Amino acid sequence: MKGSKLKKLWIGIGLLILLTPLGLILPELFRSGGAWGEWGIDELKRIAGYVPLGFKKLSEFWKAPIHDYTFVGWDAGMKSYMGYIISGVIGVALVVGISILVGRLLARKNGNS
Amino acid sequence: MRKIELEGFYVMHIPDGYLGPYTYGGLWAAMAPIWIYASRKTKETLNVSQIPLLALGAAFSFVIMMFNVPMLGGTTGHATGATLIAILLGLWPAVIAVSIALVIQALIFGDGGITALGANCFNMAFAEALVGYAVYRIISSSKFPPRAGRRGDKTQDSDAETQRSSLNARHLIGAGTGAYIGINLAAFLTAVELGIQTILHAGADGRPLYSPFPLEITIPAIMFGHIFLFGIVEALVSVLVLVYIRKSHPELIRR
Repeated sequence: MKGSKLKKLWIGIGLLILLTPLGLILPELFRSGGAWGEWGIDELKRIAGYVPLGFKKLSEFWKAPIHDYTFVGWDAGMKSYMGYIISGVIGVALVVGISILVGRLLARKNGNS
Repeated sequence: MRKIELEGFYVMHIPDGYLGPYTYGGLWAAMAPIWIYASRKTKETLNVSQIPLLALGAAFSFVIMMFNVPMLGGTTGHATGATLIAILLGLWPAVIAVSIALVIQALIFGDGGITALGANCFNMAFAEALVGYAVYRIISSSKFPPRAGRRGDKTQDSDAETQRSSLNARHLIGAGTGAYIGINLAAFLTAVELGIQTILHAGADGRPLYSPFPLEITIPAIMFGHIFLFGIVEALVSVLVLVYIRKSHPELIRR
């Protein structure tokens, strides 16, 4: 459990981050790209034939700073893969930081369970 | 027309706008006591030395969800790692770890909504981890005295040996099955939450206000990919990581 003993597993997380573009490339290979997973207003209008009123209001509830792991202007090709990796790095850093904070708040100072 | 409707219809991280206030409010209200309870249980069991493991679990969950896997019909899905993390960390710390990943995904990357965050955490961090872990425990301890060889006069070595061998087939089958059932449950909950919107909320013109597709569309659209592909991916990922950890970090495997 000691931090240093987990080194190999952290390297594994690093490798996974470097490989994340596969999560964009594979879907691109199998179809003509486009938004994967969730629909924005335009797609929903195309598919359902109209935009539900409540949907319209709520869908603008929050503007995420790095929406869909994509940086503005980096939305295709090599740049989108780079952006995806950078998003992975930022996301993992934030998740790890918050986990350590939460862990410090919760964990017992000493002793074994 | 059905075909068009099914195209691209995969929503595991429910965005804002798909769920009406009854559903997202209800699931936020359901998650609040679960988070409080999970914090209490984590407080009881988590040692300071295990904080890096908690962070590792949350990081793994975050990263593995970035691996979109393509499915026939233009949909994609991904593993969540929830069952695996529950096996390694314990159920309640896993609820916290996966929740942290989901919060960052929603706030920073818009992957899953803010109003829908309670729902997404309920589906993937709580229900999936709970059921996946329960299935793992049932299978891994069945017909098998789970504590055999733990106490008594056995030496450290044979003790470790027992632990290692007891981890073989049954634990791995339990992990794979738990992971498969867990993610399918999360997918099913997602489909139900989306599908009931047409029943719960209609505008003045009678048209749905939120997710416009009924259960008979959302359930097959979401479950198909999970039953035939994403569930298997989740099971494979969980088993492979466990096999690796058993070799490299056997001390991390909880019994």
